[in-house]
Amino acid sequence: MKANVWMGTDRVKVVDVPDPSILNARDAIVRVTSTAICGSDLHLYHGFIPAMRKGDILGHEFMGEVVEVGPQVRNLRPGDRVVVPFPIACGHCVSCQRGLYSVCENSNPNAGVAEKVMGHSPAGIYGYSHLLGGYAGGQAEYARVPFADVGPLKVPDDVPDDQAVLLADVFPTGYMGAEMCDIKAGDVVAVWGAGPVGLLAAASARLLGAGRVIVVDRYAYRLRLAREHAGADTVDYSETDVLDALKDLTAGRGPDACIDAVGLEGHHGNAAVYAYDRAKQATKVETERPFALRQAILACRSGGIVSVIGAYGGFVDTFPIGAFMNRSLTMRTGQCHVQRYTRPLLGRIQRGDIDPSFVVSHRMKLKDAPKGYRIFQKKQDECTKVVLKV
Amino acid sequence: MDDDDRVLMSELGGPSRAGGLPRALGWLSLAVGVGLLAVPDRIARLTGLDDAPAARGLVAVAGVRHLAHAGTLIPGRRATGGAWARLAGDAVDLALLARALPDRRGQRRRRVAVTTAVLGGATAVDLLAALHAGRVRRAGRRVIEVHIGVTVNRSPAEAYRFWRDVENLPRFMSHLESVRAEDLRRSHWTVRGPAGRHVEWDAEIVDDRPNRSVAWRSLPGTPVPNAGRVRFVPAPGDRGTEVRVHLRYVPPAGAVGRAVAALFGEEPAQQVRDDLRRFKQVLETGEVVRSEGSPNGLSVRQQVMQRPAQPLPATRR
Repeated sequence: MKANVWMGTDRVKVVDVPDPSILNARDAIVRVTSTAICGSDLHLYHGFIPAMRKGDILGHEFMGEVVEVGPQVRNLRPGDRVVVPFPIACGHCVSCQRGLYSVCENSNPNAGVAEKVMGHSPAGIYGYSHLLGGYAGGQAEYARVPFADVGPLKVPDDVPDDQAVLLADVFPTGYMGAEMCDIKAGDVVAVWGAGPVGLLAAASARLLGAGRVIVVDRYAYRLRLAREHAGADTVDYSETDVLDALKDLTAGRGPDACIDAVGLEGHHGNAAVYAYDRAKQATKVETERPFALRQAILACRSGGIVSVIGAYGGFVDTFPIGAFMNRSLTMRTGQCHVQRYTRPLLGRIQRGDIDPSFVVSHRMKLKDAPKGYRIFQKKQDECTKVVLKV
Repeated sequence: MDDDDRVLMSELGGPSRAGGLPRALGWLSLAVGVGLLAVPDRIARLTGLDDAPAARGLVAVAGVRHLAHAGTLIPGRRATGGAWARLAGDAVDLALLARALPDRRGQRRRRVAVTTAVLGGATAVDLLAALHAGRVRRAGRRVIEVHIGVTVNRSPAEAYRFWRDVENLPRFMSHLESVRAEDLRRSHWTVRGPAGRHVEWDAEIVDDRPNRSVAWRSLPGTPVPNAGRVRFVPAPGDRGTEVRVHLRYVPPAGAVGRAVAALFGEEPAQQVRDDLRRFKQVLETGEVVRSEGSPNGLSVRQQVMQRPAQPLPATRR
């Protein structure tokens, strides 16, 4: 089959690889119909996530048709149309039973290595480095889905791929980012990053009753989407001082909750500040560029919540712990526990509460994956989200 | 000392095992030392040395020395050093007797000769004791001891039942090729070695407390003496069971030893931790979890030597 594989920093390639097969009794094989490129795939593309190997199949956002199931999978049949959550979760450990699917205790075969880096191991993720399991990803014609009796959600025919594929990651991730804010009527929620996750976090904050949503980014076309689809106020950090702007918009209080939907490859309006962290990242003194996180902490009102859904991989420095501690802030984080959200969010889509597909800007063929990565990375052609059709 | 230690110590040796012979010699030294100091004249006469002007002094010195031996050997902490010290004392005594023998005649000469013979026998025993204590101490230094726990979302009874059926063990202990139960207590273990070499041994369950713990040890004659106990303790707050393993084994010297060391890797604790992680996977999910990068599931070596994350070629499935 054809698959999009990582070939080194800034290089992906569509190559022929063997077809997947059932390895565990609870596996299913899915013929992929749509698979999206995620912002976090760009972190892998840029080589910022350790433990990638040449030839790794990328992709953790995919959906398709079940073609084969293992002997222990009784809820799915060949022909079922399913969307697959990106965290691989067994459903039977204590974490899974408490709904913390992205920290499943059993799904990372390389847990020993992950433990050395992170203290404890999180769940395995499709196509997301060997630190998180060494699983083949979904940017391919076929994919093996472990624990298929727990993760995949059947999608009714009247929900198109462009909406359903977003249930694999970005919509639940954005939604969880908003949910972690404990939004009460009238709350002001600020979101850093107007990528697909940030846009859907802003839209979800609206769904959950926020009085006002403010989105911070520097790309005019993305800020326009935030205004049009999430009813957000927008701040262009390349032109405006963000902390001043947020104080202004809230009459000095600061947002009640701040969502970091940027993660480890942030940009900063001040060239000197950007250069400081970029240099440290290049020399491996720190692995992240946490501008959004620092700013979110400084901006948040005292006693407020900082919700972190942007992806981080390692360590940061110059972390404003003084502001964080003295002002009684709360931080909530996590890779999204997607399995918890797929069904209710499918319901929201079917009821017409939201159409998340407004974030999809490009549809192209799997064989054009390298081009998709390039324009997504360079933000060319007003690119927000690329969905590859197989 | 808890139950673990009694079961595991007696099997794999340690101070208590080396202590047998040296400690007996310590008590002998105590008796001899007290005798030498209490009735030096009679001792001097018995050994045929009563005519020497320095006899009283030498007997007293020997008495003090024997009390010192008793002081180190009876507690048994420094069995090896104590045994060698006794041997050195024997050598001094034998040298003195050897000098005394040619000057004596008649009954005194016979008594010196008998004393020399008795002391020679004691010296031989001391030599054996010293060599044995040294061997035990070196083996003790090689004993590898591992304590590791994992929390499994199953009841203690379920976890115990799975483990107690020893033929299940190879399902999560990656270095085991097979375990065959001979009867309820005895089993035969086979380990896969590099280059097709197999290491095999017999083991027996020495303590079996249903739903609480199992202790086992290898039978004499194994190239890899080992013993262990696994406990199944209810985890607090409805989190399942804390499975706690205490394992001791002695990697042998030589080629087999190197093979075993390679099997257990640089970090035996990591190996056992991976075994327990697989135990958890099998109990909670039904089998060992596999990815394309780690198609054989968890193992230290495989985690370091990953294959690319793409489907296996048909020949390797």
